Amino acid sequence: MLKIENLHARVAGKEILKGLSLSVNAGEVHAIMGPNGAGKSTLGNVLSGRDGYEVTSGSVTYNGVDLLALEPEARAAAGVFLAFQYPVEIPGVNNTYFLRAALNAQRKVRGEKELDSMQFLKLVREKLKVMQISDELLHRAVNEGFSGGEKKRNEIFQMALLEPKLAILDETDSGLDIDALKQVAQGVNALRSPERSFLVITHYQRLLDYIEPDFVHVLAGGRIVESGDKTLALKLEEHGYAWVREHGEPAGATA
Amino acid sequence: MSSATIDSTSTALRDNAGVAEALGRSYSAGFVTEIEMTGLPPGLDEETIRALSAIKREPEWMTEWRLKAYRHWLTMPQPDWAKLKMDAIDYQAISYYAAPKKAPKSLDEVDPALLETYEKLGVPLHERAALAGVAVDAVFDSVSVGTTFRKQLAEAGVIFCSMSEAIREHPELVQQYLGSVVPTGDNFFAALNSAVFSDGSFVFIPKGVRCPMELSTYFRINAQNTGQFERTLIVAEEGAHVSYLEGCTAPKRDENQLHAAVVELVALERAQIKYSTVQNWYPGDENGVGGIYNLVTKRGDCRGDDSKISWTQVETGSAITWKYPSVVLRGDRSVGEFHSVALTHHYQQADTGTKMIHIGKDTKSKIVSKGISAGKSNNSYRGLVKVEKGAERARNYTQCDSLLIGKRCGAHTFPYMEVKNPTAIVEHEATTSKISDDQMFYCRSRGIGEEDAVSMIVDGFCKQVFRELPMEFAVEAKKLLEVSLEGAVG
Repeated sequence: MLKIENLHARVAGKEILKGLSLSVNAGEVHAIMGPNGAGKSTLGNVLSGRDGYEVTSGSVTYNGVDLLALEPEARAAAGVFLAFQYPVEIPGVNNTYFLRAALNAQRKVRGEKELDSMQFLKLVREKLKVMQISDELLHRAVNEGFSGGEKKRNEIFQMALLEPKLAILDETDSGLDIDALKQVAQGVNALRSPERSFLVITHYQRLLDYIEPDFVHVLAGGRIVESGDKTLALKLEEHGYAWVREHGEPAGATA
Repeated sequence: MSSATIDSTSTALRDNAGVAEALGRSYSAGFVTEIEMTGLPPGLDEETIRALSAIKREPEWMTEWRLKAYRHWLTMPQPDWAKLKMDAIDYQAISYYAAPKKAPKSLDEVDPALLETYEKLGVPLHERAALAGVAVDAVFDSVSVGTTFRKQLAEAGVIFCSMSEAIREHPELVQQYLGSVVPTGDNFFAALNSAVFSDGSFVFIPKGVRCPMELSTYFRINAQNTGQFERTLIVAEEGAHVSYLEGCTAPKRDENQLHAAVVELVALERAQIKYSTVQNWYPGDENGVGGIYNLVTKRGDCRGDDSKISWTQVETGSAITWKYPSVVLRGDRSVGEFHSVALTHHYQQADTGTKMIHIGKDTKSKIVSKGISAGKSNNSYRGLVKVEKGAERARNYTQCDSLLIGKRCGAHTFPYMEVKNPTAIVEHEATTSKISDDQMFYCRSRGIGEEDAVSMIVDGFCKQVFRELPMEFAVEAKKLLEVSLEGAVG
């Protein structure tokens, strides 16, 4: 469903992605790991169409469509969802109102009927059960005054409600304590399905203890330098990213 | 005594890539009504005032009152302290009276062209078509052309009529209260207004009466080269309650037109007056040509103990807005409130805010000001909180927020405080923000388009003020903001 080929991208004139290629099939969970500055967040932002990220060469095909040609809102309507590393506060805008506006905007583009407030509320109730989050969050302004954990859970709740086909989780584990991490992971696992693919971007292996990936890729210097199954994540955890950078044997092996 | 003047200046912040400044704005109230008019030729001297007073069949005391104001006005310089760039006004080039030729005696006789005008503006004057529960006084250029629901109001003892009529029919009330809140020589524009005011609304709510419906005045400037000088007086006797709303529009014209109004509110013991404004005067075009100069003095006097006056304003129009609805908190435990949304776009300029004068004991005031600037506009908040010596335990809370859209607009805050009583508590909070790239991208990544995202963010920013508006007008205000922001993002 997603095919990234030889992707080069710049931010503020500096090349960050330098020939990244990746294929994701429907229903697969891919973990993208890598050291700071490797281009992990850039990948998420390029895929969801943030301003200021300039693609200089390469292509991204999503369900047969040139994803890079679409505006961010069109990508959302086509089923791409980015769970933000730093979810944004929108003061005075009710969380439920925001979600309904988002869902209906997407449905409109897809030619589906918009949901009225009763239908929407019913949907919200269903999803709340799955996500185990308190409905108190829904009555507050979007992310305003939310704790770090609440913000991340709200992201996953939005994902549950918008039902994307490709979900990109940008360091969703950062800043979470172990309980919050488990809750977020449970939410993600509940959403796994044969039609839905995930790109789980993370710095640490610990999230992958709870969200088990089908594939693990190591991103370094703007490219995928290593791919494997979940055991690759464990190897990284043991040896650190220095091992990848050197492209050599694990440091422990020669000691 | 402590005094503070802070200028948290020109936050002409850097633009967001996602918030470009493509311009273009539709002003749906910009049409002209073709109707036979009568009026005074341009020019201003004592003869003009005598002629105006004669046309309106005013008693001698009123003519003298006007002349006294005029003579005072001649001695006053035009104020220049506001942060506004304004061409000099030629007071001799303005016509001080313009009215439809056929003077209607009742609503049934109103010229169909006028009825149609108000219909188009969404303010039907036929009572059967009118908004349920809202009585309207329609002021067209210099005169009131009709007031709805007068009978029902009279049954409750409420007087709601044009100011001209009040001067003739209720001279004792007018003499007692007119100029008692804003004296004739209060300021340059108030003095001018006192000399040449032509019409406006008069409201009197007798002791113990809760006005059975919302009252509203719809001001329309139509004639060319004409100033509108309206005078509104609202008196709420002991324990009376009233909610009043005014709306304003004008045709699109290339020259600037002057609107210099005075509004006076008097609240006696335990009385409550809620005054809401949705101001949508023609703002000029995208190059800053034309538009209304809106130079207005509005003041309320909480004359009795436990009285309350609240101003709520949504200001989206006018080339220039110079306006500080104020409350004098004279009675003990009286309460003053000011809730404001002021939006400027293109080359619009607004210098607006409030004054809260604490005189009585345990008086409270609250100020919530939301300024939104887009295009190349300038938006200033100017507010004075004054606590007099005898105002024991006075409390004020001021919140002043600015939102910037684009990189070429400015937001400015000028809060003044004069506190002469040590038991007073005065709080001021101010923020300046812009619609950030992050907020825009967050909305868009969820599927919400750019224009809708801006509307949503602005609406959230204004929520505190919209809550204060009567329900149907809150909806109107929200729509007005959306229209006014059209083209603010590319």
